[in-house]
Amino acid sequence: MTRRLRLVGQIAAVAVVAGLLGLLGWKLTQDESAVTAQLDQGGSPAAPEFTLERLDGKGDLELASLRGKAVVLNFWASWCGPCKDETPLLQEGWKRWQGKDVVFVGVDVKDFRGDAKDFLARYGVTYTNVYDGKGSTVGRYGVTGFPETYFVDKAGNVRYRIAGPVEDAAELDAGIERALAPA
Amino acid sequence: MRAAALALIALAFAAPARASEERPTAAELESELVCPVCETTLDTSNAPVALRMKAFIRARIAAGDTKSEIKASLVDQFGPAVLAVPPKRGFELVAWLLPLAGLALGAAVVGLLAWRWSHARGDEDEPPVDGDEPLDPALERRLDDELARYES
Repeated sequence: MTRRLRLVGQIAAVAVVAGLLGLLGWKLTQDESAVTAQLDQGGSPAAPEFTLERLDGKGDLELASLRGKAVVLNFWASWCGPCKDETPLLQEGWKRWQGKDVVFVGVDVKDFRGDAKDFLARYGVTYTNVYDGKGSTVGRYGVTGFPETYFVDKAGNVRYRIAGPVEDAAELDAGIERALAPA
Repeated sequence: MRAAALALIALAFAAPARASEERPTAAELESELVCPVCETTLDTSNAPVALRMKAFIRARIAAGDTKSEIKASLVDQFGPAVLAVPPKRGFELVAWLLPLAGLALGAAVVGLLAWRWSHARGDEDEPPVDGDEPLDPALERRLDDELARYES
């Protein structure tokens, strides 16, 4: 009886340790599978899909519906200081690239809907913006801060990323050209 | 008499809870809500989004919202992760039940070990019954003599 009990206890302890190791492995794999980590290793990972509410009130936007066009995916929030400096540059870029197989999509993260709408109105933003208050996209893309911009090619793969604000038009155009270049 | 005393005690606990629900303070809400960016409670955070949330809470209190309404409004914007304490329903219930289950399991294991230990100690005090252990030679000789005298 004593020996059997001891054996059961040992098996349970080993199972708990194995479970914890499995959890650690899963977490590490998840982190490495984030877009940012794969980009840093020179890859062109598939852009994680999402369906999010549009801030202009016209229903939801599904990222997959933009396949066949290059996508400039900008993560921002109204409370983020550098986003305020960057937004006019993105709006100018959108005007330059509109109708050239390029779409701009802003993803407003961890923010109040009302604040986000006020922000877009204040800066005269005309490109599509979606709302991700819960931040469901942040982990999957590996967003490290705000703002952060991902350039997705026509096949739906991420080709380039700018962490922090886009500094000037040349930097923005270079990212778009990488997304438009053949794989 | 006893029922009246119990009712008074229940009332004493219920009244502050109802006051807190109907007229919450910013301080208590800030300690019960989490900044979605830095993941600490609002009262310990000065992140821009936390400051914005604090301003929102104050505005809603001034407008007469209850604690539940303010929390529900923030959960609608930022998701249930803004609650410092998970709700006692759905999947979040696991967060409440798991520690209790762990405590119960721990208590059962400790109880079992204590029971086994006390019984093992009891067994050690009893004399051996199988008779395999050899007797002291002097004692054996004396026992043989006694038996011989008894039989004769």
